[in-house]
Amino acid sequence: MNTNILEIKDPILSIQDLSVAYDKNVAVKSVSVGIKKNNVTAIMGPSGCGKSTLLRALNRMHELYENITTTGSVLLNDEDIFKMSPIKLRRKTGMVFQRPNPFPTMSIYDNVIAGYKLNGISQKKQERDEIVERSLRDVALWDEVKDSLTKKGTFLSGGQQQRLCIARALAFNPEIILLDEPTSALDPVATSKIEDLLIKLKESYTIIMVTHNMSQAARISDYSLFMYLGELVEYGKTKNMFTNPQDRRTEEYLTGKFG
Amino acid sequence: MQSISTKDNISVRIKKDRIFLGLVVLLSVVTVSPIVLIIFKLIAKGYKQLSFGFLVEKMPDTMQAMTAVTNNELIPGGIANAILGTLLMVVLASVIAIPVGIISGVYLYENQGKWMANLTRSVSDILQGVPSIVLGLISYIWVVKHVTHGFSALAGSVSLAIMMLPMIVRSTEETLKMIPQTLKEAGLALGIPYWRVLFGILIPTGFSGLMTGILLAVSRVIGETAPLMLTALGSSVINANIAKPTSAIPLVIWEFYNDPNMVDLIWSSSLLLMIMVLAFNLTAKQIAASRK
Repeated sequence: MNTNILEIKDPILSIQDLSVAYDKNVAVKSVSVGIKKNNVTAIMGPSGCGKSTLLRALNRMHELYENITTTGSVLLNDEDIFKMSPIKLRRKTGMVFQRPNPFPTMSIYDNVIAGYKLNGISQKKQERDEIVERSLRDVALWDEVKDSLTKKGTFLSGGQQQRLCIARALAFNPEIILLDEPTSALDPVATSKIEDLLIKLKESYTIIMVTHNMSQAARISDYSLFMYLGELVEYGKTKNMFTNPQDRRTEEYLTGKFG
Repeated sequence: MQSISTKDNISVRIKKDRIFLGLVVLLSVVTVSPIVLIIFKLIAKGYKQLSFGFLVEKMPDTMQAMTAVTNNELIPGGIANAILGTLLMVVLASVIAIPVGIISGVYLYENQGKWMANLTRSVSDILQGVPSIVLGLISYIWVVKHVTHGFSALAGSVSLAIMMLPMIVRSTEETLKMIPQTLKEAGLALGIPYWRVLFGILIPTGFSGLMTGILLAVSRVIGETAPLMLTALGSSVINANIAKPTSAIPLVIWEFYNDPNMVDLIWSSSLLLMIMVLAFNLTAKQIAASRK
């Protein structure tokens, strides 16, 4: 057992011996890690280290591509995610992408409720209104868009669009939110808004975020994973990792020697 | 430092430039002139016959036409039977070709690089090159002989649908390829089943692209004559029964051409056909442009 990897008691998500390969190229090498509930966990590492690949394994996004094989197991609340239906799993795990991607043909309202509508879940209008308002309030977008809910989501600014995408992911009340470099396409002001939001959201959700921005990880995450060449090098409390990294590679990355 | 070019040299270059410009303009005019001349000719010879009655009345018989021609009057009647026949067959062909074409296009998009998809794509491309009269023959054997047991609008529609198919398949695939992959992933990440992602997100997002492809396919087949001669045959009455012989605008143009008494009607009929094709084409262009 690698001593640089912190053990988490009662993790909400327990990743065990997870490997992901593109054809014969192994991008994530047997990662085992537990994720703590109601915390922000950051996945860091240089480009190509497999951090996005690891994140996308958690909602089985890799199954869309036939050349990708995933082995190992992931337990969400002690239930193996590879044994549940991907539809059920994905309702429990919201995902936010690098670039804001609201559905271009839909209004702001419809974007938030898309998960329900397109799943054919019938609801009263009042219920829908409540979900939309709650989700948009959660991402601090309600006051900005409450008078233009029927406008297309793509009319919003980049930062607003990304918050709309987070609201869309929150609408189903997921247990975990997976964010794949959610601020890399945004300006600093929009970035800081999203960071504040994530700190607030961890009260009700568990957040796992990929970032290649070390200071962002330091600002908002409670726990950090450092990955290098597909390997999990170090995992621990963010504070400890940044002040006292255990592995030489972590230290060199954090001090800017590579990456 | 030596000057880069002498004065003479510049004047030669300016002359060359002018000659080239003249050539470009000349060749552009050559390119544009056929369509201008065609439209001019059709309007000049066809406008007299083009009236409201031309659109709503059925074809005159030879005697009526002969009387009118000998009295130096306008030929009575119209080509309503042909207009309705064309609409009937194009709508029916679209009903057949659009679902099949879109589903095949989705299949190609989802299976990039696989041999079955590559084969399907190649076959579809070959189908696009099959002469239309051959498609008419096939439809004659399939539908006229075995389904409707006689010439019919259905047989015509089948041959037109086969013509439309490869165009719709290709435009669907190309349109879907232009939609960012993350949009599909975002839909699936919400736990939405694939078919609902397809119909609820991807197809609405690519709607204008699909529409452009469909309209261009329609404008291509609307003027097809050869396959209809072997399948729909033609009819001098208004027919809405898809199992009966039916007229179409290109078919009546051919009939008028062969009847010395009615030959004057070819111009107005062609003008109408041309207007319809242009309308579909321009609408398709408009939709494609508004997408950008």
